[in-house]
Amino acid sequence: MSAGETWLQLAYLASAVLFILGLRGLSSARSARRGNGLAALGMLVAVAATLAAQDVLRWEWILAGAIIGASIGVLAATRVQMTAMPEMVALLNGFGGAASALVAGAELLEARADLLNTPVLDMALAVKLVAIVFGSTIGSITLTGSLIAFGKLSGRLGGAPLVYAGQRIVNALLGAGLLLLCVWVGTGNASLLEYAALVGLALLLGVLLVVPIGGADMPVVISLLNSYSGLAACATGFVLGNSGLVISGSLVGASGLILTRIMCEAMNRSLGNVLFGAFGAAPEAAAAAAGGGASAKGYTPEDAAVIFGNASSCVVVPGYGMAVAQAQHAVRELMDLLENRGVEVQFAVHPVAGRMPGHMNVLLAEARVPYEKLVEMDDINPQFPETDVALVIGANDVVNPLAREEGSAVSGMPILDVDRARHVFVIKRSMSPGFAGIQNPLFFNDNTMMIFGDAKGRVLALVDAIKQY
Amino acid sequence: MLDEPAVALTVLVLSLFVGIEVISKVPPLLHTPLMSGSNAISGIAIVGALIAVASDGLASQVAGLLAIIFASINAVGGFLVTNRMLAMFRPAGRSGRSGRKEPPGEGGS
Repeated sequence: MSAGETWLQLAYLASAVLFILGLRGLSSARSARRGNGLAALGMLVAVAATLAAQDVLRWEWILAGAIIGASIGVLAATRVQMTAMPEMVALLNGFGGAASALVAGAELLEARADLLNTPVLDMALAVKLVAIVFGSTIGSITLTGSLIAFGKLSGRLGGAPLVYAGQRIVNALLGAGLLLLCVWVGTGNASLLEYAALVGLALLLGVLLVVPIGGADMPVVISLLNSYSGLAACATGFVLGNSGLVISGSLVGASGLILTRIMCEAMNRSLGNVLFGAFGAAPEAAAAAAGGGASAKGYTPEDAAVIFGNASSCVVVPGYGMAVAQAQHAVRELMDLLENRGVEVQFAVHPVAGRMPGHMNVLLAEARVPYEKLVEMDDINPQFPETDVALVIGANDVVNPLAREEGSAVSGMPILDVDRARHVFVIKRSMSPGFAGIQNPLFFNDNTMMIFGDAKGRVLALVDAIKQY
Repeated sequence: MLDEPAVALTVLVLSLFVGIEVISKVPPLLHTPLMSGSNAISGIAIVGALIAVASDGLASQVAGLLAIIFASINAVGGFLVTNRMLAMFRPAGRSGRSGRKEPPGEGGS
């Protein structure tokens, strides 16, 4: 190994250490910002070392690419609304996957004399080719899958699952076809056209796999795509024999896998069920059945203000409805008002509330709610029986008591026990069922008061009513 | 250095374990910044792009250029937006309207 090579590897080691320290910083809100800075520094070290070690550098291309990319990145990062964060993360994921797939493709083209149209027998070459196949496939699936997720999350595409007859069979066949192509290209006998077919099929499959997944399952999809973008980067590390890529790629892969697992557990569903179950696709029948019989009574914010007048503790349960209505600032106003009147206010955040892991926490942080008030499910649940008022804002399935019983679509899902509070207010646009497509008996309980309307408008009306009371 | 596949695999498996160990300690409060931050780290593909753009063939160079663009959007955008988000997470003491204008001990004496 030459001296230059040694320095390069040491620089990659330093950057990997910075990434790990950066991720470790995220274990507490106090150190998180510094951690993010360390990770960014790690990236800078890796880039600088690569530039210093390369014999051939095409500065005009590098500068052009970096300036274009960095400008777009800066613009996007500074302008994006906090409520648009899920689609932003999805889009960035897609770009990461695209970059890895492109690097793998570039390497294949560069070494096509060895890797295409001729059986690969050399071990090192075989590893490289397999890594190229893996990186191209995963990277392409990540790109188009993320674009579809972006479309669904930003409302450009309908959020509902898109299902059609024979969908699973079509996907399974295409998946099998992709696998065969992967093996074929992996042997080295394939032509460039066949490699292009592999990439095309992977791009198509990315679309088809995400299309049948509904909006509320997006936390899982984003986490999984996050993991894929890391694995794709990891694969390019094998392609280039670059330890920096392998280490950072696998860190990201691990992070995505852990989040995926947490999200699935919080819904009590298997990953397979989330990905292929087309959950929430046919809510009409169940909704009609449930809507026919009982009807919950609507109350006004003034009615609620009376109860708040005698309350000493309140737990707010935010859901996707709060994000849609951009009600987080109004909720913060309510919190201030209640606290000034001596009411203790806390927030109960379900792991899958919203459209990505931690979605509610970001929105409430944006509205300057101190993070100590954001309480995790397991810590807040024992407190509900002692709570005067539980205020559910735009959440449904995560507070559905049916989850405690057998035989419903949400059975076994861990929920927030709001029904055990003395009084429950639910701010909701209508009686329409949640994502799971089943009615929520919470809304019909004696201690539940439904306040129908847009989350933001109703919370502001509640603030006014409490002031007047 | 990683030309020996077994070495590369060793690095991969060990860093997966490190990743799982470190990331399991991230509280749900910070799951979104974790995702956007780790996402930014996957912009490390830019290292591969810098190498790819120096290839001989034009097609590889173009792919490398596109990869540089995508990876730098991913890395720059990811780290900046994570920083922006994390700046909003504040403890109770500093949750006032003006946030940073109230350092302890300077209260209107």
